[in-house]
Amino acid sequence: MSIPENLHYTAEHEWLRREGEVAVIGITDHAQGELGDVVYVELPAVGSAIVQGQSFGVIESVKAASDLYAPISGEVTAVNGDLEAEPQRVNESPYDGGWLIQVRPSRFGDEQAALLDATAYGALLP
Amino acid sequence: MLRTPLHSVHQRLGARLVSFAGWEMPVQYTGIVSEHRAVRSAAGLFDVSHMGELDLRGSGAAAAVARLTCADVDRIAEGQARYSLVLDETAGIIDDVIVYRLADRHYRLVVNASNTEAVLDHARHATAAIAGVELVDRSADLALLAIQGPSAPAIVAQLARDDASSIGTYRCRADRVAGHAALLARTGYTGEDGFEMFVAGEHAEALWDALLEAGAASGLQAAGLGARDTLRLEASMPLYGHELTRGVSPLEVGLGRFVSRGDGYIGAAAIAAQRAAGVARRLVHLHLAGRAIARQGFPITTTGGTGIGTVTSGSYGPWLERSLAMGLVDREYAARGTELAVVVRGRAQAATVVARPFYKRSESK
Repeated sequence: MSIPENLHYTAEHEWLRREGEVAVIGITDHAQGELGDVVYVELPAVGSAIVQGQSFGVIESVKAASDLYAPISGEVTAVNGDLEAEPQRVNESPYDGGWLIQVRPSRFGDEQAALLDATAYGALLP
Repeated sequence: MLRTPLHSVHQRLGARLVSFAGWEMPVQYTGIVSEHRAVRSAAGLFDVSHMGELDLRGSGAAAAVARLTCADVDRIAEGQARYSLVLDETAGIIDDVIVYRLADRHYRLVVNASNTEAVLDHARHATAAIAGVELVDRSADLALLAIQGPSAPAIVAQLARDDASSIGTYRCRADRVAGHAALLARTGYTGEDGFEMFVAGEHAEALWDALLEAGAASGLQAAGLGARDTLRLEASMPLYGHELTRGVSPLEVGLGRFVSRGDGYIGAAAIAAQRAAGVARRLVHLHLAGRAIARQGFPITTTGGTGIGTVTSGSYGPWLERSLAMGLVDREYAARGTELAVVVRGRAQAATVVARPFYKRSESK
């Protein structure tokens, strides 16, 4: 199972990658494996606000719907439109083609302490 | 937690095991979507040993089955099987079953794992006044394997002593498969051709391994309960606890053709009254316009937002590649082509009533 070193993580199995002014958010390899085949992803609209620790969307596998939790607060600047037609990208490429949303962080300085590094996240997994 | 005789096989294959009706069962091996597609395009092998088997034998066996189920039992020939229902006095559904007539005076009811005790209890009461019937719960000693898909008959034919291909749809016959005594039935719960095989628990693992090996070249895969559920949904087959409950009549869910016109079974009076008066609700099959999934319990509304029913089952259909649902609605909204909506997490999703079944296999033989 893959846990890239350069990402931030949450205990709810989201990852976050800083890319200059923005941050990209997705779910981890472990999370996609636990969910099984992803068949639908419900994401927020571009321009809407997400709040750290709160649900920003829903990801559905064949068997169940699961909430997505925001690793940080900010404004949504882009969503992965490819997932509308190809939600299985979340399974195939969780850290790359299966990204979920891009956010402009509003309080990253205050909020980053709540995020985990790869080692800390890996220690949570069975 | 109960385990089937194939539990160690599932562990060896790396299955994800979940609790289901008191049993520890494989929900998937490689993935629900790939297993589902294997069954539609080649074949899948399922362990369904959690299902219950109740045998009725003796001079009174036919009368007992005719009392206990709403089947026209006198029309079930030896070696024939029939889908039926066990009803209560109000025509609520206690379980859906397959009745197999194994011999002149020997019937077998295959019942849902979650309902085995309820049906057994009901059967004891229902048949108490009938002479010459022996009721035996075979659930603990019999394993049940299902091999389903277009390649399934050829795989079974490789291993069966007799000509398995001559067993017609909803027929059954004792045979030997890979050297093991088995009852072969041309039944299933996937919408595909195939067999279900009753075998003594101690032979289940050897039979499973022999089937997987024989079928490897034709694409046979182990398939779990996850795929079984999406396959049955695409095939528009009802599931107990979803479409079928004590609070639902078979006439509401489109199963009237399986309900005898006779008056000898428990629930017959209630059915007769419902047939005379009509039922208020109907089971509909829905295509959702988008990809959102309509789960059990989600409200079904008119396009104007008026509540008219509830989703009973919904999922992504891995073969049809769209969001499918079944639900119970007020009967005036059940006509094919009716535009409705399903409320998914507070948002109305457009849905259209379509014909059943969602999926029907092509009859190429």
